[in-house]
Amino acid sequence: MSTSLTKDEGLDARLVLDRGTFTLDVELTVRPGEVLALLGPNGAGKTTALRALAGLAPLTGGHLRLDGETLEDPALRRRTAPEGRPVGVVFQDYLLFPHLTALENVAFGPRCHGMPRAAARELAAGLLDRMGLADHAGAKPRRLSGGQAQRVALARALATGPRLLLLDEPLAALDARARLDVRAELRRHLAAFEAVAVLVTHDPLDAMVLADRLVVVEQGRVVQEGTPAEIARRPRTDYIARLVGLNLYRGDAAGHTVRVAPGLGLTTTETLDGPAFVAFPPSSVTLHRERPDSSARNAWPAEVTGMESHGDQLRVALTGSGPAAGLPLAADLTPVAVAELLLAPGVQVWASVKAAQTHSYPA
Amino acid sequence: MTDDTTTAAAGFLDAPGNRQRRARTGGRVPVALVLPALIGLAFLLLPLVALLIRAPWRSLPDQLAGAAVWQALRLSLQTATLATAASLLFGVPLAWLLARTEFPGRRLVRALVTLPLVLPPVVGGVALLLALGRNGVVGRWLDTAFGITLPFTTSGVVVAETFVAMPFLVITVEGTLRAADARYEEAAATLGASRFTAFRRVTLPMIAPGVAAGAVLAWARALGEFGATITFAGSFPGRTQTMPLAVYLALQDDPAAAVALSLVLLAVSLAVLAGLRERWTGAL
Repeated sequence: MSTSLTKDEGLDARLVLDRGTFTLDVELTVRPGEVLALLGPNGAGKTTALRALAGLAPLTGGHLRLDGETLEDPALRRRTAPEGRPVGVVFQDYLLFPHLTALENVAFGPRCHGMPRAAARELAAGLLDRMGLADHAGAKPRRLSGGQAQRVALARALATGPRLLLLDEPLAALDARARLDVRAELRRHLAAFEAVAVLVTHDPLDAMVLADRLVVVEQGRVVQEGTPAEIARRPRTDYIARLVGLNLYRGDAAGHTVRVAPGLGLTTTETLDGPAFVAFPPSSVTLHRERPDSSARNAWPAEVTGMESHGDQLRVALTGSGPAAGLPLAADLTPVAVAELLLAPGVQVWASVKAAQTHSYPA
Repeated sequence: MTDDTTTAAAGFLDAPGNRQRRARTGGRVPVALVLPALIGLAFLLLPLVALLIRAPWRSLPDQLAGAAVWQALRLSLQTATLATAASLLFGVPLAWLLARTEFPGRRLVRALVTLPLVLPPVVGGVALLLALGRNGVVGRWLDTAFGITLPFTTSGVVVAETFVAMPFLVITVEGTLRAADARYEEAAATLGASRFTAFRRVTLPMIAPGVAAGAVLAWARALGEFGATITFAGSFPGRTQTMPLAVYLALQDDPAAAVALSLVLLAVSLAVLAGLRERWTGAL
């Protein structure tokens, strides 16, 4: 499919921002019609990257090209001001102009682009209608619910016909119930959007539902990139493993064994050689008071460090001891199992996981 | 009386912003705070009460019947309003520059802007004479090039009042701008608005209450202006003799007239402040 497109279409950017103690350096290429999510912990530089794309934070290096047009290139001393970029932004807290009605907010962009008042209002009314907000066109932002404000913000960003749509934590300001509805709806609107869309989020669920492709950013660098399914199956950092709910160890593989600690080799089904990751879900971990018999070969001693409820299960946090010293582990157990094992912080147990439940892949 | 009006105005206009901060309920209010507070309050109110007690109520209609009173009042209202307009025209952009841009010496400029706030108005008047007087640094050139002379004219009154009043507006508007979220201007920029359009269509409407508060402060300060006006513009009835000058001169030979004039000025100030308060703070 990408062969039918010339390389001049879509977003091609290397965003370099040097802020003294913090440096952002991420490369992004996004095809038209594709939705890319920048996923990462707080402080990773996601929002900075978004502001750089919008022109609100100047690049110190790299380049930014959209549909073949260079919007910014510090080496060539080229830079298009934010107001000159074909970009629409949905801000985290929307930033709807409080003194204007929903309709006037949406008409603001077209008006700034020189559209006559009547035409701009007509366009805005049409967009609000598409968002199911025709009845709220005359309302001031403070009269709108979170979900409605989010849709007005989206309509406002789309009103100028941007070739790059940016969304900063689009669902973060909503409560849990509104989130569910708005997420589904936003997905529909993004799917219909024909140009490039980039969204920033720290929520893996938002990223996986809304985006076609994820770019994971940690400490200003891209650490992993791929489709949601790839990333969920093969995490490459502890942060991503935690997000997708997997235990992740890095080690050296030789055949069916991956050495993850000096005294511990885990048996896996895949055959690998060299640096490798082993991942397995917490639900596949079994805990025992005594050393288990040989049927589960992957077994190591660990100490319980904490417990918290996780759905109808309890998630037990452990730290390996003996041959697996320091190895962190999460295990999901039923409350009954936790009670029978008399688990409490400080208790020594044996952890085991079946080889068939693990997944290993090259690091 | 001039300074009383201004101070009262500041508190008056600040009040709505503080409304959300509720006082802690319960607990005894300490005497060590209440006593000085009551003394302070009495000190502020006493002169106003005295003015009302000693007012020549019976002869008031006769006192106010004279054309000179209304002439001075009209001049005061006109010049104070013009000075406020000039302060808005130049002060709002100056406040924006101070709050929203970075340039070398910005702190120094800010300090200089506030200088007239602490400068004795008479000194301000002398400085204005040296700058804009017939032989002043700029005044000489204004005179020879355009035939414009400012000292001892009604325009001179407006200039003197603007000089002392504009800092109030600049400081108020700058504070409001700093408190306002600059990200709305960024949002406007991403929608294609130039910085000027963003200022005009987004920032200005959002800071309107602050601009109004600043304008009221500036107007009140201009209305009561005495020192700079008498130094720079003199006291010519009908041309440069504003109400405060009339009050002061009347005090020399007709104290009852001075009290009557003061009452008028007090009534006008309070009426305008009360009217604007209702109108502007309702929107907050």
